Amino acid sequence: MSGTWETFFTAATLIAVVASGVRLAVPLLLASLGETYGQRSGVLNLGVDGIMLLGAFAGYWTVLETDSVWLGLSAGMVTGVILGVGSAVISVTLKAEQGISGIGVYLFGLGMSDLLFQRLVGTPTPISKFPKLDIPGLSDIPWIGEMFFRHSLVVYLAFAAVPLSMFVINRTTSGMNLRAVGENPEAADSLGVSVSNVRYATVTLGGTLAGMAGAALAIDLGIFQQNLTNGQGFIAIALVYFGAWRPLGVMAGALLYGFVNALVLQFKTLGMIPNTWSDIAAMAPALITILALVIVARRFRAPAALTKPFTRGK
Amino acid sequence: MTSAVTKRRSQSRYLAYLVPLAAVVVALFIGAIMLLVLDASPIEGFQAMFRGAFGSKDALISTALKATPLLFVGVGITIAFRANVINIGGEGQMVAGGLLATATALGLPDLPAGIMLPTVLIAGMIGGAIWGAVPGALKAYYGVNEILSTIMLNIVAVQMMNFLLRGPLIDPGEIERGTRIPQTARLPESADLPLIFGSDRLHIGPLLAVLAAIAAYILLWRTPLGYRVRAVGQNADAARYAGIPVKWTITLALTLSGAMGGLAGAVLVFGSESHRMVTDGSTAGFTGSAGFNGIVAALFGGLHPLWTIPASFLFGGLLVGGNALQRAVQVPSALILALNGLVVVFVVATDRYRRLLLERGSEAHTDVRMAAASKDAGRPPDPSPPESGAVP
Repeated sequence: MSGTWETFFTAATLIAVVASGVRLAVPLLLASLGETYGQRSGVLNLGVDGIMLLGAFAGYWTVLETDSVWLGLSAGMVTGVILGVGSAVISVTLKAEQGISGIGVYLFGLGMSDLLFQRLVGTPTPISKFPKLDIPGLSDIPWIGEMFFRHSLVVYLAFAAVPLSMFVINRTTSGMNLRAVGENPEAADSLGVSVSNVRYATVTLGGTLAGMAGAALAIDLGIFQQNLTNGQGFIAIALVYFGAWRPLGVMAGALLYGFVNALVLQFKTLGMIPNTWSDIAAMAPALITILALVIVARRFRAPAALTKPFTRGK
Repeated sequence: MTSAVTKRRSQSRYLAYLVPLAAVVVALFIGAIMLLVLDASPIEGFQAMFRGAFGSKDALISTALKATPLLFVGVGITIAFRANVINIGGEGQMVAGGLLATATALGLPDLPAGIMLPTVLIAGMIGGAIWGAVPGALKAYYGVNEILSTIMLNIVAVQMMNFLLRGPLIDPGEIERGTRIPQTARLPESADLPLIFGSDRLHIGPLLAVLAAIAAYILLWRTPLGYRVRAVGQNADAARYAGIPVKWTITLALTLSGAMGGLAGAVLVFGSESHRMVTDGSTAGFTGSAGFNGIVAALFGGLHPLWTIPASFLFGGLLVGGNALQRAVQVPSALILALNGLVVVFVVATDRYRRLLLERGSEAHTDVRMAAASKDAGRPPDPSPPESGAVP
């Protein structure tokens, strides 16, 4: 066993673990940034995992047919737009109970993506993956370069979305309206902000990013299978709480998850944990999340109107 | 109030009951379109579906058995929901209940027959209750969102099931043969659920589920505890001023809700045809997604335990019929899962209209209700107002 530990604590292995952690964090980061917009405006979209699955299939299938990873990513986003608008109709216009309607969207996505896969593809066929894009200069920095600057464009895009989201939410008029709608929709409404327009926009954006997250996952792995996301959409929702509804916090959570998953994978590859115990190890992310939820719940407050549909004059 | 108005208003009460049915019909209609797209005949498919669910004695037995876990979970959902807590953790609670019941049966194989069955069922309830108490306490005392914590506990439960059934609880025979199928040995026969009506597979599970629904009804509307649960659900602040221990009540509501899920899990294990607990690595492999589908059944039943009985039966039929549809027109069963998702969405999305219609309808019954006010214990509070007129 000591030999394995020595193999583990080599620079090359550690760098590889960090680099793969960054890569694994991307679908979670995209999906939970999208969810952050929705929740800050008062809508809990529990259907993220279902949207991710359909986005993943759309992305996978498009790449399979066209061999263009960027068309695939766009297909995932378009799927996300459609499902995002659908989710908005359900939770904003029809004012459905958000804790439950999202489960319906999830089951729909889970079943539909599997159905489409079985009908249109059948046997798992590998597809092209995203090309690597080394950032000139930065990628040559020892250690750091390999960890952070030798990834695909999607990885850079996802991390660039973090400061962008911080700016949009905290420093723009739209962001202020968004926060107002999430905290006090009555007040926002009386100032002429359309609560439903804002929520339609945020939920659709959330759907788009979830669809993109799914496609990014499928194209990163180069495959599709039934329940490809394995609950990542739900983890993404929990990460929004984990990050206390702030893009930076959400990013920290996504990275933590990425690293934990990369570590567990590495341990498995090196045979450092027996097979039966890998089930126990797989509990870790969920348990960490629960612990994080407790800590966050004590220190931060959710948007006041979260999960509450808005009816004017009530 | 003119009689015409009264009539229209009471009509709207009946319309209210049709809203969820309409939601199902719309979902089935979309299913028909999907079948057409898949080159299958919807008429043939739906005929097979109906026959498979309700067309024969055998079909009805299948439906009743399928409805059983839905009803247990659905009843649990109604208890939690009355305290204004959403329990998405049915899946995990079923697994936890199934595991504890299984471990108990394997650990105490020599219990006398009359004691064995109640013991394992209670063990199942305890397993589920623990899986409900944790998110309940976290919500009540730490303000942790119960939707997220229950979902996370679902993930923990399935990993625990995989670990236990691949490791400590695995059938020793699987290790000898080297097949290592993750399942337990045949559980003690004294723990088999007794068969009824001379059937070779209809066991007492459905009866237990109906009893659970009646018990939940009595608990919620005929006991002080139920009163406290409903008071907390309706207005936690007011309840607190009235001296009701709000946090404790919330914890207890989710614990009871979890216990129902645990019972569902135990009944699945001891009523299964193989009389083993088996995992295919996923939660749905064990629960058949009853932890989620039970939510639909409860909503469909207007979050009333007694109405959840026929609602569960209907949904059990939908699921059983779905399998028949799959065989008849050769479409992947994933279609049923997708349709089920649509049913959830449509039922929840139209729930508000059902309530509006009920509210309008109940005005017409005010006079009658005034007279019966003292006996009107069946009247559920917001967020899902009056249905008392329909309570059997």
